[in-house]
Amino acid sequence: MIAFANPTRFMALTDRLMPWLWSAAGLVLAIGLVMAFRAPADYQQGHTVLIMYIHVPAAWLAMMCYTVIAVSGIGTLVWRHPLADVSAKVAAPVGAAFTFLALITGSLWGKPMWGTWWVWDARLTSVLVLFLMYLGLIALWRAFDDPVRAARPAAILALVGFVNIPIIKFSVDWWNTLHQPASVFRLDGPTIDASMLWPLLIMAGGYTLLFVALHTAAMRNEILRRRVRAMRIKAAAVLAPAQ
Amino acid sequence: MGALAALFRREARLALRVGGGAMMGAMFFLIVVSLMPFAVGPDLNLLQRVGPAILWVAALLATLLGLDRLFQADYEDGSLDLLVMAETPLVLAVAVKALAHWMTTGLPLVIVAPLLGLMLNIAPGALLAVSLTLLIGTPALTFVGTIGAALTVALRRGGLLVPVLVLPLAVPVLIFGVGATSAAVTGPMAMATPLMVLAGISLASLVLAPVAAAAALRLALD
Repeated sequence: MIAFANPTRFMALTDRLMPWLWSAAGLVLAIGLVMAFRAPADYQQGHTVLIMYIHVPAAWLAMMCYTVIAVSGIGTLVWRHPLADVSAKVAAPVGAAFTFLALITGSLWGKPMWGTWWVWDARLTSVLVLFLMYLGLIALWRAFDDPVRAARPAAILALVGFVNIPIIKFSVDWWNTLHQPASVFRLDGPTIDASMLWPLLIMAGGYTLLFVALHTAAMRNEILRRRVRAMRIKAAAVLAPAQ
Repeated sequence: MGALAALFRREARLALRVGGGAMMGAMFFLIVVSLMPFAVGPDLNLLQRVGPAILWVAALLATLLGLDRLFQADYEDGSLDLLVMAETPLVLAVAVKALAHWMTTGLPLVIVAPLLGLMLNIAPGALLAVSLTLLIGTPALTFVGTIGAALTVALRRGGLLVPVLVLPLAVPVLIFGVGATSAAVTGPMAMATPLMVLAGISLASLVLAPVAAAAALRLALD
């Protein structure tokens, strides 16, 4: 990781890597989608079960993306790694997008299955809170005019929030056992048949590759944006020299 | 120790004297709670059922009041620099400030809660439980809020950002606070578990939040 602390080296490497990342993501997602369409329809849910292959990996990625932000936050606070704060900053909108996708597809799935767009169920509520935490992170990043100054406060918030994620999930499950004994929605990994599990896992792999590609591309954009900003400040200093 | 006691006295005095900030929280609490019967209708049975939730949400919102000024006023007049440079560890100073803030905004809520609970037709047995959960839970809200206040101290529009940052983090406190209160209606045994989790969250935030807030303050003064 230390070797890539130099943004120029990072740019040069990712420049060669990007086409491969995009193609790999596209390929695995295509394979996953074909397999998902060939997978048997659920005996109860019919073809709406196809939403699962979009929905479940999105929910996984929503959690993973926050983990990436938290790990980047450690990188920012402990090693002051210059790319860690770039990584944390650009991962937040991507994570928010995956969370939003999980919420929307879940809602679209919920309407035909449960007859309602939204239930205040443990899992739904905790994902909504995760979405709100992403929005808070993005808002904090935007509140500073200097991106370098925003990095460490945002890292602190991300780490504080990360402590909260298991608490939220655990507590809301716990709360529902008090109030509504039966959970509406369960998807235990091992209880699902291999004919559906494999497409799901391949879709998850495709999503992960897509995340890596999006994240790397966004990091490249952010580095370029910061260079433009630095050049503008320099140009302004030349045009209007201090008296 | 003397320095921390002096800091506590200063904070409490400022909160009690300048603009009556301490009473403001309790007044806001009263207003939010009295708005609820207008919003959901004056049905006493319904109010009894949602009463604990109303009290908790109102307490949560009232705790947010004045949080943005917790460090900002000190940042503006320069006393925050002195706190950071002082021999007393910043973590302890932050903890004392948060404690003083809780004493002047959280504690009044705990005290007036039974009265408002009476107005919401909460059962007499549960009134005490509401106060007890608020007594145990509101310190967690204040301490978590301290992190938000510290993160936004150097920002011009920080006040608007604090609730956005703090409210998602306050969700577990709210869940177990309301859970314990609702369980109190069912029976004393059911209440013990959520109450202990709530106490655990409060104690953890008491220890962890000042560390995070102190780190954020140091960054703000860089």
